Amino acid sequence: MENYILTINGKKQEVSAEPDMPLLWVLRDLLNMKGTKFGCGQALCGACTVHLDEVAVRSCSLPISEVKNGKITTIEGLSENGDHPLQEAWVEHVVPQCGYCQGGQIMTAAALLKQNPSPSEVEIEAAMQGNLCRCGTYNRIKAAIQTAASS
Amino acid sequence: MKNFIPVFKDKNKDSEDRSKVFVASRRDFLKIGSLVTGGFLLGVNFQCSGPKGEVMTFAPNVYISFNSDNEVTLIAHRSEMGTGIRTSLPMIMADELGADWSKIKIVQGEGDEDKYGNQNTDGSFSVRMFFEPMRKAGATARHMLIQAAAAKWGVDPSECYTENSEVHLKESRKKVTFGDLVEDLLVMPLPDPATVKIKELSEYKLVGTDVAIYDAKDIATGKAVFGADVDLPNMQIAMIARSPVVGAKIVSYNDGEALAVPGVNQVVKIEGAGIPAGLDKPLEGLAVLASNTWAAQKGREALEIEWDLGPNQDYNSTVQLEAMAKSTLQNGKVRRERGNFNAAKSGAAKTLDKTFKIPFYAHATMEPIAVIADYKGDGTVEIWAPSQHPQWARGAVAGALGIEIDKVKMNVTLLGGGFGRKSKPDGVVEAALLSKAAKTPVRVQWTREDDLHHDFYHSHSAQRIVATLDGAGKLTGWNQHSVFPAIGATGNPDELHPSDGELGLGCTDFPFDVPNIRIETHESKAHTRIGWLRSVSNINHAFAAQCMMDEIAEARGVDPIQQAIDLLGEDRDLNFADETGGKYENYGEKIEDFPWNTGRMKKVIQTVAEKSNWSQNLAAGKAMGFAAHKSFLTYVACVVMVEKDANGNLSIPEVHYAVDCGVGVNTDRIKSQFEGGAQFATSLAMTSAITFDKGQVQQNNFDSYQIIRMPQAPKKIDVHIVPSTEKPTGVGEPPVPPYIPALANAVYKLTGKRIYELPFKI
Repeated sequence: MENYILTINGKKQEVSAEPDMPLLWVLRDLLNMKGTKFGCGQALCGACTVHLDEVAVRSCSLPISEVKNGKITTIEGLSENGDHPLQEAWVEHVVPQCGYCQGGQIMTAAALLKQNPSPSEVEIEAAMQGNLCRCGTYNRIKAAIQTAASS
Repeated sequence: MKNFIPVFKDKNKDSEDRSKVFVASRRDFLKIGSLVTGGFLLGVNFQCSGPKGEVMTFAPNVYISFNSDNEVTLIAHRSEMGTGIRTSLPMIMADELGADWSKIKIVQGEGDEDKYGNQNTDGSFSVRMFFEPMRKAGATARHMLIQAAAAKWGVDPSECYTENSEVHLKESRKKVTFGDLVEDLLVMPLPDPATVKIKELSEYKLVGTDVAIYDAKDIATGKAVFGADVDLPNMQIAMIARSPVVGAKIVSYNDGEALAVPGVNQVVKIEGAGIPAGLDKPLEGLAVLASNTWAAQKGREALEIEWDLGPNQDYNSTVQLEAMAKSTLQNGKVRRERGNFNAAKSGAAKTLDKTFKIPFYAHATMEPIAVIADYKGDGTVEIWAPSQHPQWARGAVAGALGIEIDKVKMNVTLLGGGFGRKSKPDGVVEAALLSKAAKTPVRVQWTREDDLHHDFYHSHSAQRIVATLDGAGKLTGWNQHSVFPAIGATGNPDELHPSDGELGLGCTDFPFDVPNIRIETHESKAHTRIGWLRSVSNINHAFAAQCMMDEIAEARGVDPIQQAIDLLGEDRDLNFADETGGKYENYGEKIEDFPWNTGRMKKVIQTVAEKSNWSQNLAAGKAMGFAAHKSFLTYVACVVMVEKDANGNLSIPEVHYAVDCGVGVNTDRIKSQFEGGAQFATSLAMTSAITFDKGQVQQNNFDSYQIIRMPQAPKKIDVHIVPSTEKPTGVGEPPVPPYIPALANAVYKLTGKRIYELPFKI
């Protein structure tokens, strides 16, 4: 077990964990932050997406020892009042069906818009292809990203 | 539980229950009305809570309550897995009640069938079953509110109406909030149900409109609670090494290395059912319990287990599917007969004979199963589970622990997808057994590999269809052979033919006006656990039949849409009873209540033809395909457009659906189910398949069991809802079956290559 000090959503958090424990389980099991979801454990589905220094990463495959001084943002910390333009667009387009993958979708989309504030349809598809949705909300996800980008 | 598709068999009881609405009787009112208790009391009938002067709650039935602060709470008693049902049923009540929707609170009801009625969220029947009860529940409460306000004002109740959670007096400024009437209501006599009038469809303000789902913001901000999100003090996390082959048993094991993993506390064996595996039992397994999920996973990897793999260890699904296809060359068991197919065949000018193959599919819900159980010292157990069928889970837990069902408290979380998988209570039973053994709360956490390896799969299938044409090009005969290991075989290995229920899903209900029809089935054995996946055997039947109809149209030189309309014949109600020996189940509904109406089917076909501009001349590189299929009592027609680019890549620029599901409740969720259904079905058609070798599933994760990603999704999905005042029917499953053949028929038009096996590649 090692001690780590992480910066999560602007707050310093101290945890003791095995160095190979993925950030996903640090968040969920050790810090009781349940917004980030487990989907595949192999960085294949994107349900666990968080930001590490503003870049979208799959927390299920990122060992805590690799986080170092990186600043982590989770869906809970994307905006203070749940009013990030993407979150508002998600509600406006009623994107979610079951909702399980949507936190990860929003985090990937938020990282995209940071890098590219007005992505084309093809750029959205390329950026979002790592995030699976079994319910099939892809079209509304795309529409919500376009709405958020234009706001 | 018997061997069945639960979708149907428990319906007769339900159709009686659903008319009752759990309206209070005077005797119950007096009994419960005399109680003064703190907290929110739920019973079947009238309730109040809180001593006088404090917040008082009035509940005219189990689904609705409001308090003296004018907070209206509605119970969602069906499981939310993405269909929007947690919003749609409360919408109906709120509309009848005249409640302010923006301030409604929705609370998920726990698993308790005696209290809420059927909670088996499956078979696309929530709205179908509960539209009327929800209307009556809301209307009863509105009736009482109006009576109370009218008495207060000394006016006739007909002068009053409800709106915004207030009772209003017509043509005046008088109004009173629901909350201010609670005290009056608590001493009011009960209404005679005959005097309670439900609203006309035209009076609804919410029903028939697009309403956002209740949980949208919680989901978008990460606050929504799914199965794995419940946290209890001292909870351990369990990961289970389960039988790699169904029926495998543990011979011996060494858990020394597992126990040495930091954080691992103990190892517990779960005894499996063996064979038959059963629909409600866990597989044999060895559970590693740890203080966190990662430790449990590492501990599981460190287990050494010697398995007796049992009788399924040589099973190969490809070999079986070939054998199933071959079996259709023999005479089978006749399940529907009209006319004389053999005579039609011997007199035919042309015979088409095609065999279609469909693989096993896994549900692959985005949320792998996660269940929390807390077995308490007093012999009760509390569960939190993403369960589609909480009552079944409750019974399965009671059975596994040897306790009474009322000792099991079953909380239902949001489900991260269901599609039929989370009907099965195996994960719930695992959690309960482990919590009892460990004497701590336990979360059983499945991984994606667990999910794909230990599903109750959609059965692979061979479908052979022989169609005959006479010299004039008339379709004279239809002979469909349907072969697949049945769901029932999971509980009873002697069940070798598809059940009547499974055949009624798009096979024995073949609706076209063909003079000679024979439907046959052949034996096939289940070597894994078979379950139901979104639209069940409609997937197999619609793919084969609707691709075949397209081939027949081509052979006859007619347009497939015109052919479908012509062969549906006059507007009339079909009845499959005579030709099936009375074995057509009609999704558990009486055919008189929900007839198979050719006119409604033709209407959706005509609508989709018009909306998709079917007769247009498409540019080179584009083509459209058509299919229509009724399932779960909902009529659907579908046109899919495909496009091939210069590099030979296929895309799906447009999908058009027309649907008649009777009265539409939340039209936005009808559309979203079709949008999602098209995407789900694209995966089934083009990317997903489960195969077995040596009895074991060969796919492990989303790299080998692929579901479509955003770039592969249909670009535009238009859903045209045909206005209807017929009884509402569900929309969760009906989008899937016609989409696959419509896509396959479009691909044929584009490439000249017919599709006979799923998943197909271009």
